[in-house]
Amino acid sequence: MTIFAVFDIGLVVLILGIAVSTIAARDAFAAVIGFVVYGLLLSIAWVRLAAVDVALTEAAIGGGMTGMLMLGAVARLRFAGGNDISISLPVRFATAVLCALVAAGLAIAVLSPPDAIPTLAPMVMENLAQSGLGNPVAGVLFVYRALDTLLEKVVLILALLGVWSLAPDSVWGGIPGLRVYARRSSTLTFLAQLLPPVGIVVAIYMCWVGAKEPGGAFQGGTVLAAMWLLVMIAGLKRVPSIGQPWLRPLLVVGPVIFLAIGLAGMVLANAFLAYPPGYAKPLIVAVEVALTLSIGVALGLLAAGPLEQAQQQ
Amino acid sequence: MNAATLFGLSGAALVGIGLYGFVTNPEPLRKILAFNLLGSGVFLVFGVVSRRAAASGLGGDPVPQAMVITAIVVAFAATAMAIALVLRLLQETGRSTLGADSPGDTDRVSGNS
Amino acid sequence: MPEANVLPDATTTDGALLVLAIVSPAAGVLLSFVLGGQYAERIAAVLLPSGLFLASIIFVDVWRSGDRLIYIVGDWTPPLGIALRADGLSAAMMMTMAIVICAVAIFALADFGTRAGSAEARAPFAFWILLMAIWGAMNMVFLGGDLFTLYVAIELLTFAAVPLVCLDGRAETLQAALRYLLFALLGSILYLVGTALLYGSYATLDIVLLSRRIHMEPATLVAAALMTIGLFAKTALFPLHLWLPPAHAGAPAAASAVLSAVVVKGSFFIVVRLWFDVMPGMLGPAGAQLFGGLGAAAIVFGSVVALQQQRLKLLIAYSTVAQIGYLFLMFPLALDTVSAELQSSGALTGGMLQAISHATAKAAMFMAAGIIYAVLGHDRIAELGGVARAIPMTIFAFALGGVSLIGLPPSGGFLAKWLLLEAAVATGQWWWAIVMLAGGLFTSGYMFIVLSRAVAPSGEPLKPRVAVPRYQEAAALALALTSLLLGLVAFGPVDILQAGRLESMLVGPR
Repeated sequence: MTIFAVFDIGLVVLILGIAVSTIAARDAFAAVIGFVVYGLLLSIAWVRLAAVDVALTEAAIGGGMTGMLMLGAVARLRFAGGNDISISLPVRFATAVLCALVAAGLAIAVLSPPDAIPTLAPMVMENLAQSGLGNPVAGVLFVYRALDTLLEKVVLILALLGVWSLAPDSVWGGIPGLRVYARRSSTLTFLAQLLPPVGIVVAIYMCWVGAKEPGGAFQGGTVLAAMWLLVMIAGLKRVPSIGQPWLRPLLVVGPVIFLAIGLAGMVLANAFLAYPPGYAKPLIVAVEVALTLSIGVALGLLAAGPLEQAQQQ
Repeated sequence: MNAATLFGLSGAALVGIGLYGFVTNPEPLRKILAFNLLGSGVFLVFGVVSRRAAASGLGGDPVPQAMVITAIVVAFAATAMAIALVLRLLQETGRSTLGADSPGDTDRVSGNS
Repeated sequence: MPEANVLPDATTTDGALLVLAIVSPAAGVLLSFVLGGQYAERIAAVLLPSGLFLASIIFVDVWRSGDRLIYIVGDWTPPLGIALRADGLSAAMMMTMAIVICAVAIFALADFGTRAGSAEARAPFAFWILLMAIWGAMNMVFLGGDLFTLYVAIELLTFAAVPLVCLDGRAETLQAALRYLLFALLGSILYLVGTALLYGSYATLDIVLLSRRIHMEPATLVAAALMTIGLFAKTALFPLHLWLPPAHAGAPAAASAVLSAVVVKGSFFIVVRLWFDVMPGMLGPAGAQLFGGLGAAAIVFGSVVALQQQRLKLLIAYSTVAQIGYLFLMFPLALDTVSAELQSSGALTGGMLQAISHATAKAAMFMAAGIIYAVLGHDRIAELGGVARAIPMTIFAFALGGVSLIGLPPSGGFLAKWLLLEAAVATGQWWWAIVMLAGGLFTSGYMFIVLSRAVAPSGEPLKPRVAVPRYQEAAALALALTSLLLGLVAFGPVDILQAGRLESMLVGPR
């Protein structure tokens, strides 16, 4: 048994243990804390699966942003009226059996791989050179399966619209109800002053390097979002109202440029979302830069939550 | 057993654990949390599919990896929308519950613009 | 079928229309979002009718040629890239949904209209963007040739549909929306894990390539089961229907119409794609009977609960639960007894026609219910007296919708049930015929309850609380008439549903 195998087994035991404890925990707050730790451990698992792009995304979004959202929610739900519905033991037992069946089914599927593992990896690599990209994951996201990536950006916009649309009419056009902890903690203020410049550099680097190495618009955007949220929570910058004239253009600039380049491909290359030969890399980098901005703002606002305050005139 | 299979099995287990929490926990926030566990288990299955196809100088097949990145972002958006709903429900009612299973024919239900 | 014998996909003439059908709603969403509430309605007013025009061109194209339209996105052929394909099923469904969405848009002008120059208001801003998003997501579902693209499409659909439920912000509707979202998320994550397993076994998610490579093995079976359960939850097939009645009944009328008529058909369509196209040989007699059994249970349960409702909108919502059941009867009826494969036979045509006629009829009925609510200020069935005299056109539309649901000639429902009955007789499965006939009786029962109340005279002449715009009544009536006359397609383009189907592609023209 190698040292790696021991490490992997330990990691898996830890992941599963924390997963069970977040489900079983009586206290919602403890469960959320468990979940944040879980997200970080999971990103290590992704490194072990040789998927650094995913590991970065999982750490930033799966653990970081989701954890922040949950922490915010759990803090406000603490004193909320609880739930009096309790689920009877037989129902619990039946559910457990059903879930075990699902897990067993998946385990069987995992344990019985086809004799010759089919893969698109060679095909991805063969054609990657054409686009000038070095990162195969970016190649899949922006070249071969660009349609999915483009539409997923529309999903983000829709999710944000959905969150906004929950507002009472009286606060429409107002400010998301992100909790601000100005003055309360000087450490927070200090961090909020220190980290963003670093974070922005990291975001730009991630976005830039994403073309040839792990990283890219998603990861860069998440770092931007995290920095922005930090600054807002520390009270150094105000949470913008959704009526701000710069806000919505920033949100759509990424998908709009992506869509425009895609449509131009119908004329300049030979298909929708095809890039003219020789221009693929600069065009993709342009799309990624715009997307980094849009994703950053969208994730930040999604985390900031539903509107709660009317805009001050 | 190689590392990929190990993580694949833990993915399967996480799906089971998440599903159980999703169904049995009545609190919406805990359901959302369980949904995220379930989701991460599903993502790990993608990871295994990618990893066991390691070839051509790559650590794994990049196609499933790209799909997971897309799916993680979608899951985050879903979580944000669900939590927004929970918070709004809290504002309106002071509680956050999903109510009884048959919202049936009480006079409060139904309405119109 | 060896792969070498089949030519690879290539973009067909007019294939670019498929791109347009997906890109224009997406562009509409982005543009409306950035320009704001004052423009959202106007952008929709331009795009939705052009969407209908586009759908009709694609429809005529597919019908005339009897063949698929194909577009290879990014010029990367599957398995590396993504193909968009329109066969007869896609074309017919696209056309139907475009008609319903346009009618809903006209209806919605009354509630979500925005005056030029007014400040941005929440509900109209959200409504028009979500409506365009639903249109785009449905087109994606119908045209997407790749199972992961379909995953993105149903997520798009979920994110567009859930906020519609709680547009008026009442606590009960927020609760209904949250419950809907949780069910939908569970559904999509189960679907997603299935795509992971399928990719692991075949290294493609392209529907045509998969259909050639797929074979019985553990991972494929697990994938198929999980994806199906997930899609059933999204389609609200009994017993996973719990979320539907409060969500569909609580939404504003225009939204209810879209949710009930359009949105549930999206995940249903993917079920059809999965079992008829990707793995027609995998369901087997037992699986097909199970699907049919769930459908039958939905019909009985939905109808019985509908009969007990005191509120009109809830009655219509439970009727949707029942009518969804009919859609699943086609699985046992389309199973070829010799080859044990699902065939693109009369039963498939019947099932899809049922989806189409339910879409038009149910949208009309929800609109009518919305008008009734607006006029009376409530929708208590016991107190509907006199309403038929006040708004005869609306009650007429409601009744016509019911005629199609019951399945009386010449409605689309009649033709659909006729085709399904024919298949039941041909395959000797009389029990499904009994279920269908019983369902018709139940439907007549709840339609009778509503209509008899509505035409009953009221004590004093009814004073409408609001003046209902004529165009709202006209939109409901137009859809109801469409549903009523849909049976006449038997003399026309009903064979489009068989155009460009996969197996007919493989064995050559018949």
